[in-house]
Amino acid sequence: MTSATVWVLAAASIFGIGLYALIVARHLLRQLVAVNVMGSAVFVLLVVAAGPIAGSLDGIPLALVLTGIVVAVSATGFALALIVRLAEATGSISLEHDGEPDDR
Amino acid sequence: MIAEALTGLVFLPLLAACAVVVLPRRMLAVPALLGLLPLPLLLAPIVAEVARLGEVLMPIAGFERPLGIVWRVDPLAATLLGLNAVIGIAIGAYAAAGQPPASEAGRRFWSLWLLLIAGMNALLLSADLFNLFVTLELVTLSAIGLLVLEGKPAALRAAMRYLLLALLGSLAYLLGVALVYGQAGTLDLYQAGDLLDATLLPLTALVLMTVGLLLKSAIFPLHGWLPAAHGNAPGPVSAVLSAMVVKVSLYLVWRLWFWLAADWSLGWAPVLLGALGAGAILYGSVLALLQVRLKMMIAYSTVAQLGYLMLAFPLLGAVGFGAATYHLLSHGLAKAALFLAAANLLKGFGSDRLEDLRGADRRLPIEVFTIALAGISILGLPPSGGFVAKWLLLQAAWAQDGWVWIGVILVGGLLAAAYLFRPLAVLTARPPAEPQAGATEPRRAASLIALLLAFAALAAGFVPAPILGFLAGGTPPGAVP
Repeated sequence: MTSATVWVLAAASIFGIGLYALIVARHLLRQLVAVNVMGSAVFVLLVVAAGPIAGSLDGIPLALVLTGIVVAVSATGFALALIVRLAEATGSISLEHDGEPDDR
Repeated sequence: MIAEALTGLVFLPLLAACAVVVLPRRMLAVPALLGLLPLPLLLAPIVAEVARLGEVLMPIAGFERPLGIVWRVDPLAATLLGLNAVIGIAIGAYAAAGQPPASEAGRRFWSLWLLLIAGMNALLLSADLFNLFVTLELVTLSAIGLLVLEGKPAALRAAMRYLLLALLGSLAYLLGVALVYGQAGTLDLYQAGDLLDATLLPLTALVLMTVGLLLKSAIFPLHGWLPAAHGNAPGPVSAVLSAMVVKVSLYLVWRLWFWLAADWSLGWAPVLLGALGAGAILYGSVLALLQVRLKMMIAYSTVAQLGYLMLAFPLLGAVGFGAATYHLLSHGLAKAALFLAAANLLKGFGSDRLEDLRGADRRLPIEVFTIALAGISILGLPPSGGFVAKWLLLQAAWAQDGWVWIGVILVGGLLAAAYLFRPLAVLTARPPAEPQAGATEPRRAASLIALLLAFAALAAGFVPAPILGFLAGGTPPGAVP
């Protein structure tokens, strides 16, 4: 097994862990952290694609990771603001709610 | 000249969005107008050039591929840019009629509105897979920001669910982009298509990107987030979400399958995607029939109508491609008209439950007329854009003996008739219901804009030849003639 394969497998398992947490978690902050964990897995894969293990380094994937981090930070900030608004409006930090369903 | 026009399509609304944030309140109408009204003027020379040459390429800042990002306009992109401009201006005018831009609420709406239009224009122009990811995020975040402007708990919950799933979709897409770059060493969609073939890793990338984008487009069975989001959003926002936002990510799936993966032999995969479309048409229509709220009915109708766009995969050919694009166009106009008219009814009666809207034609005849007119195009009666699209889809299915697809299209039309006649029967029933507390008369201008959009959807039935001829100049390489 080459070391690149190890990193790809690591990225795949981090992505899987994040996906699992996104599905089973009920608390919105946990779900948001899960999405960020999945994002990190993609960044690991992009760094592997940059080829530091093969020796020669390709700058483009590293630039993509930087841009990706900027996008992830803004999306996370937006999601946090939304969670605060939701908690203020409904008193709940979860998407499950009792009472009138939203389609009535 | 063309380069300036292309740049303007993205940067004019983008700069206007920034101006809305910083300008004093009483001047907000200026960027709102300047950000949108010039868009058709900028598009005209681009469309002329695309009609002449077949496509227009613009490497941004002169950096060529693979390092630089290239914008590419072909007939499909130009058609959708046109729809985006029409939707942006018409729904923007509707929003301005209900809520003048020169207010704090207007500032919040217009900054996000202009950002959304700029983001969708950038998405339609870009040919760079990573740049497309950034524009997708821009579109999603500004759309969700618009969705929660009124702060209703139901809208907040729907927005939160939409956001989490949209982020999941983006990450699946980005994972695919990373795999494509690892294999091809380029991010340009068309170059990557030339370099890659249908081996394990490119196929994995295609599957990941497709699933992520289908989640964002709310294609059955990944549609779960859509009805609550579109049904609880403020009126103009519901309209743009259904008319444009879900379609730009599906447009990207078309780009991947018909251009990037054009010469991969994918066997049964297009039929599988078509089957998802058939599922969407049948399931969405039946659910639309069961709704008790008008806006939820229209939202489920969107789930169903998106299914027709998925039929482009099994029916791909010169006819099928034109038909699906024409459906995208006419559905965009008709669905915007339906949601705007529904928003006016909601405002005029203080509720959009069908039982509270009984006999609404007595007080708000224009709205009921608009719903009837837009309904003609949705269910595909002649003469309307929807009729042209469904007729051509049937022709494409006929040409390849696709009896199952013909059956789905016909049953879908019947179900659409059922779910549209039901609210129309209630809206014209007697005795009329009294408006709820808090109901206010909708503005005349708001009623007329919805009516105008419904007429535009009908008018699309009278002028199919030039639009289809224009689109035929850019039939994808993957299409069998």
